[in-house]
Amino acid sequence: MELLKLLGIVIVVVGFALKWDSILTIMAASIVTALIAGMDPLVFLQTIGTSFVSNRNMLICVVVFLLTGTLERNGLRYAARGVMDKVRNASAGMVLGAYGIFRVIFAAFNVGFGGVAGFVKPVVMPMAEASDETGGHKISERHRDALKGMASGMENVAWFFGQVLFVGTSGMLLVQGTMSDLGYSVELPQLAAIQIPVAIVAVLVTAGYYFLLDRKLCREDETQLKAEADAQRGDAQNGEVA
Amino acid sequence: MGIAEFFQSADVTLSAKLLEIVYLVTGLVCIYAGVRNLFDETNARRIGSGAFWCVLGLLFVVGKWIPAEAAGLLVLVMVIPAVIGQVGMGADGSKPTEAEMQEGFAALGAKIFVPAFSIGVVALVFALFTKISSLVGIAVGVLLGAVFLMVLRPKANGVRVFLEDSRRMLDIVGPLVMLPTLLAILGATFTAAGVGDVISGLVGMVIPQGNLVAGIVVYCLGMAIFTMIMGNAFAAITVMTVGIGAPFVLALGADPTIVGSLALTCGYCGTLMTPMAANFNIVPVAILEMGDEYGVIKKQVVPALVMLAFQVVMMIALVL
Repeated sequence: MELLKLLGIVIVVVGFALKWDSILTIMAASIVTALIAGMDPLVFLQTIGTSFVSNRNMLICVVVFLLTGTLERNGLRYAARGVMDKVRNASAGMVLGAYGIFRVIFAAFNVGFGGVAGFVKPVVMPMAEASDETGGHKISERHRDALKGMASGMENVAWFFGQVLFVGTSGMLLVQGTMSDLGYSVELPQLAAIQIPVAIVAVLVTAGYYFLLDRKLCREDETQLKAEADAQRGDAQNGEVA
Repeated sequence: MGIAEFFQSADVTLSAKLLEIVYLVTGLVCIYAGVRNLFDETNARRIGSGAFWCVLGLLFVVGKWIPAEAAGLLVLVMVIPAVIGQVGMGADGSKPTEAEMQEGFAALGAKIFVPAFSIGVVALVFALFTKISSLVGIAVGVLLGAVFLMVLRPKANGVRVFLEDSRRMLDIVGPLVMLPTLLAILGATFTAAGVGDVISGLVGMVIPQGNLVAGIVVYCLGMAIFTMIMGNAFAAITVMTVGIGAPFVLALGADPTIVGSLALTCGYCGTLMTPMAANFNIVPVAILEMGDEYGVIKKQVVPALVMLAFQVVMMIALVL
């Protein structure tokens, strides 16, 4: 019957995988686990209360919000665009790499510029496309789609591995809380310090990979464009017949 | 310990006292958001939204000073509006316009990076040079950054602007801001109920207890795979650390700082490879108008696998 205790975990996995409401899933898993373990309701409430109070630090982002929105209002995104504009005479792969480095440094200070919607689409993508289309070179649709995927990929990699460098990021606070439940005490600056080499390698590996991929796509553009044009002509003719 | 006693006690560190003030501020920001939502005619779910943010704020203000069971009850009350879908936002009237942002940029230019960096820099200074929690440093950094903006553009950046903007951020994030805290509570419940012992009993039949390398590999890959299934590394780390990390890695004497820190980013490698993490991997496909639904994930698989391997090796090298 010990196995029944795992029902809470099953609920978490199934709930998240099936996209149930996250909060409902977590609360259901807590309550079910407490019931199966035969926890006294009062003890259960005390566990929740104590755990909330000792994990209040995870909501430090609320204090940070006092500044984030107003930074945006005062033109942070335009200033970031000004810095990115300094990258000239580069291929799209190099633009994305430069963005990755720029993004990871700011992420380490918990500063964002609006993600894919706020910065990648209006600033990074046009710069990347323009870089590969200098000197009359045209890029194929397949190449353009690949650049979009790489721009989002760079954004995600730099943000994920960069934000863990910020002392006080919610992920590391959760690690600290989980470890403390298990009886281990860990400190935030040390948790962040271990991530420094990881962040550097992550951004360099991703930037290098995208640089090579972009170069390969540039070489294939001509044949690809021809194929795309042929396919379109074929479609048009078929359209006439139908 | 009562409030007055707490703040006067010589046994309580300055850091702990300052942190309580930070939590008080956090609570007041939440209550501001709650009250504003409650009176927001454009918000169809204003009662639920007001209740959620106000109770959360109240928990921050009084949570430490009331009996634990009362705080627990308040947590349950708080999540009700969220669970029944009654927390939302009204018309976003305070969204900064392009003109407003351009005006700010014209006035401040690159000086905007000073307040932007102030949070991280001050947090780091507190962490490295004082005994006071870096979270207090974050709050001081926010304060300094806000003062900087107020001094340089006093007309545009009144106190009200900061409060309204924080309310807007809270509205955008919504109840999911509670996710890490609720997962920590779940972890505490798991630990109290002895879930970890059951898992370690099961896993012990598959991997030999006492083999640190095998434990690390299973823990790291498990983090990535569980994150891919659940779409969320936060949920995975709670479950995996209690079940596998503790008995198969930490119990063998591995440094919890190295293990915990890298396990989280192993989970992030999973996030890069799963359509379950729709915010990061599927929504951009729509925003950028890409043809292939998995166009973002396909470009992330190689970096994610390289980083996963790198971190497994790094963890083994550092703890052996």
